[in-house]
Amino acid sequence: MSFEPVIGLEVHVHLKTASKLFCRCPVRYGTDPNHQVCPVCLALPGALPVLNRRAVELAVRMGLAVGGSVNPRSVFARKNYFYPDLPKGYQISQFEEPLVSGGAVPVALDGAEPREIRLTRIHMEEDAGKSVHGEWERADESHMDLNRAGVPLIEIVSEPEIRSSAEASAFLRSLRAILRYAGVSDADMEKGQMRCDVNLSLRREGSDTLGTRTETKNLNSFRSVEGAIAAEMARQAEVLDEGGEVVQATMLFDAERGTTHVMRIKENSDDYRYFPDPDLIPLDLDPEWIHEVRAALPELPESRRARFESELGLSAGDARTLTESRTLADFFEAASAAHGSARTVANWLVRDVASILKEREGSIEDSALEADAFAALLGLVDEARVTARSAREILEVLVEQGGDPEALVRERGLEAVSDAGVLESAADAVLAENPEMIERWRGGDKKVLNFLMGQVMRQTAGKADPAAVREILARKMES
Amino acid sequence: MTESLGTASEMREALASGRTSSVELVEGSLERAQASASNAFVGLRAEAARAEAAGADARRANGDVRSALDGIPVALKDNIAVAGEPCGCASRILEGYASPYDSTAAARLRAAGAIVVGRTNMDEFAMGSSTENSAAGPARNPWDPERAPGGSSGGSAASVAAGIVPVAFGSDTGGSIRQPASLCGVTGVKPTYGRVSRYGLVAFASSLDQIGPFARTSADAAAALEVIAGHDPRDSTSLPDPVPPYADALDGDASGLVIGLPREYFVEEGVDPEVLACVREAVTELEKAGASTREISLPHTAHAIATYYLVANAEASSNLSRFDGVRFGLRADGRGLSELYRKTRSEGFGPEVKRRILLGTYVLSAGYYDAYYRKAQQVRTLIRRDFEQAFAQCDLIATPTAPEAAFRIGERSDDPLRMYLSDVYTVSASLAGICGLSTPCGLPGGLPVGLQLLAPALGEPVLFRAADAYERRTDWHARRPGEGS
Repeated sequence: MSFEPVIGLEVHVHLKTASKLFCRCPVRYGTDPNHQVCPVCLALPGALPVLNRRAVELAVRMGLAVGGSVNPRSVFARKNYFYPDLPKGYQISQFEEPLVSGGAVPVALDGAEPREIRLTRIHMEEDAGKSVHGEWERADESHMDLNRAGVPLIEIVSEPEIRSSAEASAFLRSLRAILRYAGVSDADMEKGQMRCDVNLSLRREGSDTLGTRTETKNLNSFRSVEGAIAAEMARQAEVLDEGGEVVQATMLFDAERGTTHVMRIKENSDDYRYFPDPDLIPLDLDPEWIHEVRAALPELPESRRARFESELGLSAGDARTLTESRTLADFFEAASAAHGSARTVANWLVRDVASILKEREGSIEDSALEADAFAALLGLVDEARVTARSAREILEVLVEQGGDPEALVRERGLEAVSDAGVLESAADAVLAENPEMIERWRGGDKKVLNFLMGQVMRQTAGKADPAAVREILARKMES
Repeated sequence: MTESLGTASEMREALASGRTSSVELVEGSLERAQASASNAFVGLRAEAARAEAAGADARRANGDVRSALDGIPVALKDNIAVAGEPCGCASRILEGYASPYDSTAAARLRAAGAIVVGRTNMDEFAMGSSTENSAAGPARNPWDPERAPGGSSGGSAASVAAGIVPVAFGSDTGGSIRQPASLCGVTGVKPTYGRVSRYGLVAFASSLDQIGPFARTSADAAAALEVIAGHDPRDSTSLPDPVPPYADALDGDASGLVIGLPREYFVEEGVDPEVLACVREAVTELEKAGASTREISLPHTAHAIATYYLVANAEASSNLSRFDGVRFGLRADGRGLSELYRKTRSEGFGPEVKRRILLGTYVLSAGYYDAYYRKAQQVRTLIRRDFEQAFAQCDLIATPTAPEAAFRIGERSDDPLRMYLSDVYTVSASLAGICGLSTPCGLPGGLPVGLQLLAPALGEPVLFRAADAYERRTDWHARRPGEGS
């Protein structure tokens, strides 16, 4: 039997604020446990929450960035449940009246038509702390670290429109790009700044009837999201193939085994006894202010990608790669403006710069490469003052420590050799060593020219102007 | 034993003239607190209070007087946080807990130079109308130790009635300041919701709780409220409006004031006729002071008690979730998490608190929310509207504060519903978020009863003006326990 998955994602994203959602404690990662806490986020008796306006601005920015409608009034509600990492015994979230309704995220899969996954809502809430189990003298002890308690989050809820693990992954990448472009979050999954719950059910292909869904919680990497979807699809398909029924449940994904297993069965829907938080007044937003936030939004990845294709003539692949990060796209545009040819700059960025960065496990953000220097270097290549091979060597220096390309070329003696006398004698020497190649050339094997050019380049330590060498070799063999 | 000097105003004058010192006043309060049989206090901070009093005296000697309460001993209910002091809410579950921070009210009192001599007894987590639901045992009414002082701020009311301190602070959620003020024969003020910061007040019902003062006169209460009132950025529900000088405008004149008498509050059912008679007489006095009266209607009054207990318990069930044995206070031994929670909360909370948590949890549950909590919110809106319409016709509303004088300790313990009816005159104003005051208006049978005055939101000045005018024409507020009636 063939099944189609129906997938909806709930993505929790840390907002990039200096302080927590309802108190002034700093948001910092990697500090000692329980060192970023105060009476409010410890939920000491009598402490009260006060909303962080900056967090609201970032959440609104995200809502606008995905084309959602920002509600002029939203309400914070208490989600009541007991857990030691939840100091108040309730999480302040939004329920009946979220900050943002609707919106959509573009996804592009190789070989498929680009489409949009619609969003149900985006709401604000606070994060919980962290339980740490068994790391003390007694293995059965649990300890609480409440540094994370109260860190501002948005929860982005998609419609159940995702149809494959690859599409889920593409959705998350697209979402991450928007979050980063809009300065809403660093969305670093390794730091737990972006976490994902997967709601998944199967239905027979061609059928409109939805199956029973499960929720797989707390996935914190693209790989685990893809793995969990594959595993849960397989598990549900097996149940259905055997004539069984999928039970509504909360699942956990075992990344090592690549399997999902039931954490708890949801007999009824969970009763969190939501009600409006009487400690907070409704969040009323001035339409004028929302307008200002909208006006201050930077160009977003999707429109930038489209512009790179249509206005700058980049390939779809290059346009997508260059718009994945806002810094990279900004760098590309600055270098293009300085150099003049967007396509040349794109080629060098996507191939050479990308591979140098990959070798160093770095990114354009933390490299020393500057757009002007990069453009100047490509200019030297255009003018044949440096060969592509030498340029690549200079590029590595620029990525590592920056500098002036012309000076670097001079210091390292990498000026391209176009002196006819030098090139002629090098060509003569190579031809004298390889008489059989001349025979093959004359017999019509034009590919030998590449080999011979390589030899000349080697003799000149890669500095020979390739066009000039080609012309000299061809002329000498013809004669 | 040092004799009580009486009111805060009298103490202020004595301090100014050098006839007494803050150290002497504080020493007197501490002595009387220790000697008192009222069980009004759950803890004294003798050393800290003495040191602060010496500091206040030294400041005064340098001409630095910070407020009307500078150097004057006061008491705080055990649910108002003072840095370094226990804040136990008269509950076992907070055993061993000391607050690491000051409530805004305590910080303002500190800045004003007031000396907090101790924490007063209360119904556990402010849930009750008698101060019997206390881990420290019941507080006793200074007028008759066999009787309850009312509640939940019974310790604060008793501490003022017994002359231990001239001013004490309590919290009022549905009447917890006004009702014990009535039963103890002192003045008590429930400020407009949002007028006093709730930061550091341990929450019972967040949308209703307000801190307010008890005093022997309205003038003292006005001065005390002035110290703690005002906007606080740490409480999102705090009002931004500036605080007018409440105590300055008291001239004994009530002329021009229109007092509304809600017909629903002057029915003979469920109220001691002597209480109604005292209140009617008090209204007559106000008329003599220049006020006029008119009958008004608050048509949704009959639903107020039900609405109040739905809203307050729903909020309480959530507010009290943080007492889980994980971070502070009592922690019972338990194997595993749910046993830890169950045992801690079973051992830590008293029966009334458990009853309200259960009721509140129920009304918020899926399937019941619309029928109870949402409906209660709708009725709350109607009650608020009742008052808006009433205040279009009058400046103040006068009612009894409580349906009867102090009842005997133990008399109501097994009848929670009857106990809840003690709040029948006070909960509506709480639901509406307006301000109210209770001042003594009679001593039928030797026990005090109170006149409740209500004013619109931020109408404290008119409350104080009317109450002060009344007090100038009568001496009920000046009567002390043991002096006979």
